[in-house]
Amino acid sequence: MSAATPTLSKTAPTVNAPALSLSVPRRRGPAPARVVAFVILALLAASWLTPVLWAALTSFKNEAEAAAMPVTIVPESGFTLQAYINVLSEGLVPRWAWNSLLTSAAVTLITVTISALAGYALSRLRFAGRQMLITLIVASIMIPGQILIVPLFHLMLSLNLVDTYWGIILPQVVAAPMVFILKKFFDQIPFALEEAALMDGASRLRIFWSIVLPLSRPILGAVAIFVFIGAWNNFLWPFIVVNDANLMTLPTGLQTVISAYGIQYAQNMAQAVLAALPLIVVFMFFQRQIIKGIATTGIAGT
Amino acid sequence: MTTADGLVAPPGVTEKADTLSAGRVRRRRAENLRGWLYCTPFLAAFGLFLIWPTVYGLWMSFTGTSLAGTNTQFVGLANWREALGDPQVWSSLGNTAWFTLLSTIPLVAIAMLLAVLVNLGLPGQWFWRLSFFMPFLLASTVVSQFWNWMYNPQLGLINTFLGWFGIAGPAWLQDPNTAMIAVVITTVWWTIGFNFLLYLAALQNIPDQLYEAASLDGAGGWRKFLSITLPQLAPTTVLVLVLQLLASLKVFDQIYQMTAGGPGGTTRPVLLYIYEVGFTGYRLGYASAISYIFFFLIIIVSIAYMVISSRRSVKA
Repeated sequence: MSAATPTLSKTAPTVNAPALSLSVPRRRGPAPARVVAFVILALLAASWLTPVLWAALTSFKNEAEAAAMPVTIVPESGFTLQAYINVLSEGLVPRWAWNSLLTSAAVTLITVTISALAGYALSRLRFAGRQMLITLIVASIMIPGQILIVPLFHLMLSLNLVDTYWGIILPQVVAAPMVFILKKFFDQIPFALEEAALMDGASRLRIFWSIVLPLSRPILGAVAIFVFIGAWNNFLWPFIVVNDANLMTLPTGLQTVISAYGIQYAQNMAQAVLAALPLIVVFMFFQRQIIKGIATTGIAGT
Repeated sequence: MTTADGLVAPPGVTEKADTLSAGRVRRRRAENLRGWLYCTPFLAAFGLFLIWPTVYGLWMSFTGTSLAGTNTQFVGLANWREALGDPQVWSSLGNTAWFTLLSTIPLVAIAMLLAVLVNLGLPGQWFWRLSFFMPFLLASTVVSQFWNWMYNPQLGLINTFLGWFGIAGPAWLQDPNTAMIAVVITTVWWTIGFNFLLYLAALQNIPDQLYEAASLDGAGGWRKFLSITLPQLAPTTVLVLVLQLLASLKVFDQIYQMTAGGPGGTTRPVLLYIYEVGFTGYRLGYASAISYIFFFLIIIVSIAYMVISSRRSVKA
């Protein structure tokens, strides 16, 4: 078996290709090489999952067991949900989760709406200054948002938006790469589809809403997921603009707890696991869109 | 293709100005108005929250503005001169460069390795993708929590593991010799999924025929990797490399949360120094000047990429 000739391995896929692997590439090497590759991959995957599993394990211990020396895998007193009960009943974690959900949803909704409108205009309408706008928007992708925190904070002070939801949301809705990605997608939609509707006297906005948007569902979905993940995980900006603990998002709120109660390991891990869960669920549901979206946005993002 | 009145001209077709009738002028005006109208919501946010801060930040770098908004008088190049002579600016820029170098190499090389291994089509595709990509979705706070716990000198899993082999592990995040390495390991773990998926997509776009033809010519697996896979991945590698350089240069979150720049400033990146100067030291004008020095570095990397990639497309 190990001495498979090139011609043999070429015909092999049709013989023993597993029925389930539609998307799996069918190139096959010799069997021992595949076993070695499998072992390496399994070891790598195990080491990648370890920090998450270790945190999850700790979160189900009581505080004494979590801080016990020597470190045990299975605690003597058994596993407990106490850390989760404490986190959810005492602290501000539910409140922060709500703030995160609210601000991320608002950022996503506004970003997708204004980016799609602008992307459509830049793709379909031949207005004076269009080329200049495209150049400006593409060039602006080079500006790193992080260097803007100082003037942006100053602006927020004068707009009275420090310590408000809008202060968190508004600066995050500017997503030049997304406008560019959407424009490129709209460019590919055949114009003939809209032409017929225009002849029938439909308004531009109506065509955009009932013809272009439905055709763009996949890309809108990908953009929405990415904007949401970015907003949910954003640390620096909410950290700068919000000081009121009641208005903090999950990432910034957790940061204050770490500094305040660094000793409660089980509780810290329970919080981290709780903060990680929503996005792991999002990934489970949208795996295909996320993976496709990375290929699209990653390439268009330059 | 006939351009019916009121319809947008198909791309590439421009009407001659002297043939415009009065009706066309009106429609052209309407088109201009509509175009700008649709762009207005985005442009309002774009102008207010991106362009204005960019310009205003540059202005601030020439003033002595403090966090309270007082003392906005023009100080000329004083901030810039001070920044260029500030050893903390140089050391934090050095840390940023060191972090970028240390993180970019494994984030490109290991991502490629993972993608090549997964692309062999071994059983468990869904599981591999989940394992390597999931950390990318986690918030920096969550990642820092997980890894602070891993690195805990006494209770952490890493030193416990080393202890089984009789090795006394260091206090990873508190030791100046290991803190940067520890932060880099965490960053590789956290963000490799993005590069991994870019490589995976690129690998799946390599035509099977190339490998089949090579097999017929008697090429082995390693030979095929060197003469087909690697050259076919070259454009993706340039892309991944630049995206990674830009991302690594902007490091802030995990370092702030894991070491706060310590011990002794050995892990402090330039963005953290900007934050400290501006928001802890209340010197917004000075912080802006450092921000712009950093901005120029980012632009240099971006322009280098554009030059390389345009040269590449000219060749092709």
